[in-house]
Amino acid sequence: MNIPYTVDERPDTGLTNGKLGIWLFLASEVMLFGALFSTYIILRVGAPEWPHGELNIWLGAINTIILISSSVTMVMAWASLKMNDWGKHRLFLISTFLLAALFLVNKYFEYSAHFATGELPSHSTFLAIYYTLTGLHGLHILGGMIVMAYLLGPGAKMWKENSDQFANRIEATGLYWHFVDLVWIFLFPVLYLL
Amino acid sequence: MDKTGIHPGGRPAHVDVRGHDEPHHEELGWWRKYVFSTDHKVIGIQYAITGLLFLLFGFTLMMIMRWQLAYPGRPIPLIGQWLGQDRAPMGIMLPEFYNQLGAMHGTIMVFMGVVPLAVGGFGNFVMPLQIGAPDMAFPKINRASSWAYVLGGVTMITSFFLRGGAAQSGWTSYPPLATLPIANGQTMWLLGMIFLITSSLLGSINFIVTIVQLRAKGLSYMRLPFFVWAQFVTSFLLLLAFPPLEAAGVLQLMDRLAGTSFFMPSGLVLSGRPIPVSGNGNPLLWQHLFWFLAHPEVYVLILPAMGIVAEIIANNTRKPLWGYKAMVYSVTTLGFLSFIVWAHHMFMTGMGTTMSAFFQTTTMIISIPSVVILTSLLLSLWGASIRFTTPMLFALAFLPMFGIGGLTGLPLGLAPSDIHLHDTYYVIGHFHYVVAPGTIFALFAGIYHWFPKATGKKMNEVLGAIHFWGSFICINIVFMPMFIQGLAGMNRRMYDGGALYTHNAGLPIKLNLVIGIAAWSLGLFQIPFIVNFFGSLKWGKAVDRNPWEATTLEWSAPSPPGHGNFLTEPIVYRGPYEYSVPGAAKDFSAQFEPEKAQA
Repeated sequence: MNIPYTVDERPDTGLTNGKLGIWLFLASEVMLFGALFSTYIILRVGAPEWPHGELNIWLGAINTIILISSSVTMVMAWASLKMNDWGKHRLFLISTFLLAALFLVNKYFEYSAHFATGELPSHSTFLAIYYTLTGLHGLHILGGMIVMAYLLGPGAKMWKENSDQFANRIEATGLYWHFVDLVWIFLFPVLYLL
Repeated sequence: MDKTGIHPGGRPAHVDVRGHDEPHHEELGWWRKYVFSTDHKVIGIQYAITGLLFLLFGFTLMMIMRWQLAYPGRPIPLIGQWLGQDRAPMGIMLPEFYNQLGAMHGTIMVFMGVVPLAVGGFGNFVMPLQIGAPDMAFPKINRASSWAYVLGGVTMITSFFLRGGAAQSGWTSYPPLATLPIANGQTMWLLGMIFLITSSLLGSINFIVTIVQLRAKGLSYMRLPFFVWAQFVTSFLLLLAFPPLEAAGVLQLMDRLAGTSFFMPSGLVLSGRPIPVSGNGNPLLWQHLFWFLAHPEVYVLILPAMGIVAEIIANNTRKPLWGYKAMVYSVTTLGFLSFIVWAHHMFMTGMGTTMSAFFQTTTMIISIPSVVILTSLLLSLWGASIRFTTPMLFALAFLPMFGIGGLTGLPLGLAPSDIHLHDTYYVIGHFHYVVAPGTIFALFAGIYHWFPKATGKKMNEVLGAIHFWGSFICINIVFMPMFIQGLAGMNRRMYDGGALYTHNAGLPIKLNLVIGIAAWSLGLFQIPFIVNFFGSLKWGKAVDRNPWEATTLEWSAPSPPGHGNFLTEPIVYRGPYEYSVPGAAKDFSAQFEPEKAQA
C-alpha cells in the first residue's frame, strides 16, 4: 500500500506530506521555546537583581558563528543534491555534522568551567534558566546530528533508489536545522549579552 | 506516483496510488500485525481498548475514594485488605493515599482515558476512513505515538508501587506543594506526562497532515464530515498547547531533580524549617503554563465528542445537520478562543482585577460558539422521525448533559461568583457534567455507532438500552448533588468530605452517601456494556458495509476494512449529510454515490 504525496506535491496544496509535517513540528517547537523564553522574561522581571557577565561571551560568539556556518553548509548540501552533485553533497553534509559536533564540544568546555567553580543549576535562577535553555537546545543539536548521521550512513542509499525523496529528506532536515540555529541566535544575546 | 516508479521501500510501486491495491495483500506475522502494525485501524482499536481500560481503572480509583467519603474511617470492603500498610492499614484509607487516588483519577481520566479514546481511538480509526485515505500520512509515526502513549501509561501506573506512592498534588500539580520532596511520585508523573505529550504531539502532526493531504478526490473542506473538522481543530490544540506544558514539566523536573527554583519562592518553610532553595521562583508561572495547556485540553476533550454526536444525530434523524457551516465556523472559532481563556482558572490567585476582567470577558465570548454548536445539534432534531438506536440514545443524552455542564460553567467564568464557588464540589459537578455524561456518553455513542464498521458485527440493542438508562440515571445522581454541596461551600479536596466544618452539616454531608451509592451502581451498569462488547464480537448480528444507511465515506469500505481501506478509489460527489433529499430514490444520498446511481 502506498501513501500518496510522500514524494510528489499534492497539486491543490502544493505540499508533500513530509514538508507539511516538518513545518507543523516546528510550530510546536516554537511554542516549546516560546514558553521557555516567556519563563525567562517573567523570572527576570520578577527578580530583585539579575547577574551580568557570568558567561564567556567569546565562546558564545564562536558558537554562534559555528552554527550560522553549519546552516550555510546545510543549504549547500541540499542545493548540491538538486544539482545532482553527490560528492559535494557528502562534503557539505559531513561539514554540517562536524560543525554541530564542534558546537557541542565548545558547550562542553563552557559547562565544565561552570561546574568547576560550583555554578550548578541550583546556584541561582539565572543559571537555572541558562542550563535549561541551552541544555534543551543542545539536545536539539544532538537530535539533528543523529538524523544527519543516519542520512550520511544507512539512509544514504535511498539516493540511488529514490533521489527525489532523499532530497526531500535533506530539505526537511535542513528546515529543522535552521530552526535550531535560529533558537541559538535568540539564545546568544538573551543569555550572554543582555 | 514517484518518478522512478519505485516504492520508497524498494519494492515496485502499484500502478494506482490509492485504494486499488488489494486489501489483504500480504499475510503478516503476529508481531507485525498487532505489536508493530502501522495500520491506522489496528492502532486506533488498540488506542480505544487501552483508553477504555484506563477509564475503568480511573473510575475504580474514584469508587474507592467514594467509599472513604461515604463512610469516613471505615475499612474498605473487598479490596481494602489488599491495599497494603502504607496505603490503607487495616483497610482504612490513609489521607496520603486519598490524595494519590485523587491526583491519579484526574490524570488517568484526562490524559490516558478520554483523550486516547476520543483522539487516538476514534480519530485514528474513523478519520482516515471518512476522508477516503488508505492510511495516515505517516503510518510509522502513528505507531511510534501509540507506543509513547503506552510508555506514559506504564510510567504512571508504576508510580503507585514505588515508595511514597503516586503523585498526590492533584492533576494540576501546583508547586510549591508538587515540588516538595515528600511527593516522590511526582517525578514519575512528570516523566509520564512527557511521554504522553510526545504521543499527542506526534499524533496531532499526523492528523493535520492526513486531513490536509490525503482527502479523497472531490472532498473539499466544506464537504468534510463534522467529525473530521472536530479532529482537525483538536489536533491544532494538541499541537500548540501541549509544548508549553512540556516546557513547564521540564522546569518542574529541574526543580525536583537539579534543585533549581523556577516555581519555588524565597522564604518557604516546611515543618518549621526553611527549605534550602535558591528562591526567586514564581509559583504562579506554573499555573499559567499549566492552564495554557489545560484549558485548550478541555476542548480537546469536548470537540471530538461533539463530532461524534453530530455524525450520529445526522444519521439517526435522517436529516442534514442544521447549520453545518455555522458549526464549522464555530468549531474553528472555539479553537482560536480556547487559547486566550486559561486564566479563568486563576481568579483566586490574586493576579489582579485587570487580568480577571480580560479573562472573564474572553470566557463569556467563548460560550457563544459552544452554544451555536449545541443549538444546531438540538435544532437538527426538529421535525425528524428519529431512530432511537443505542448510539442515538447516548448522543441525545449528550445534548442536555453538555448543556448543564456548560451553563453551570458561567458562574465559574465570572470572577465575583467564582470567589464563592472556587475549589468547591460545584466545580467538580460542572466539569464532570461536561466530560462524564457529556464526552464519555458521546464516546459510548461512538463505540455503538462504529462497532459494526470495526468488527462487522452489530452490538446488542437491549443490553445497550440497559447500559444507557442505568448509566444515565446513576450519573445524574452522582453529579447533580455536587452542585448543592458546592453552593453550600463544601471543599473539593477534603479527605473526610469536610465533616468538621459546620457549613457542611446536614444535607451537604449526607449527600456523600447518596453519591457513593449512585457511583457504585454506575459501576455495575457498565457490566452490560462489557458483556455486550465481547459478546457481540462472537454472537453479534453480522452486517454489510452500511448497516446504519449512512452517507459518509467510511461506510463505503468493507466491514471491517482491510489494510488499505477501500476496494476502489473513493470519489466524493456531495456534502456529508444529504439525507432525505427530495426526489432521491432513498432517504440517504451517500457522498460516494455518483448522481446517476441516485436517479
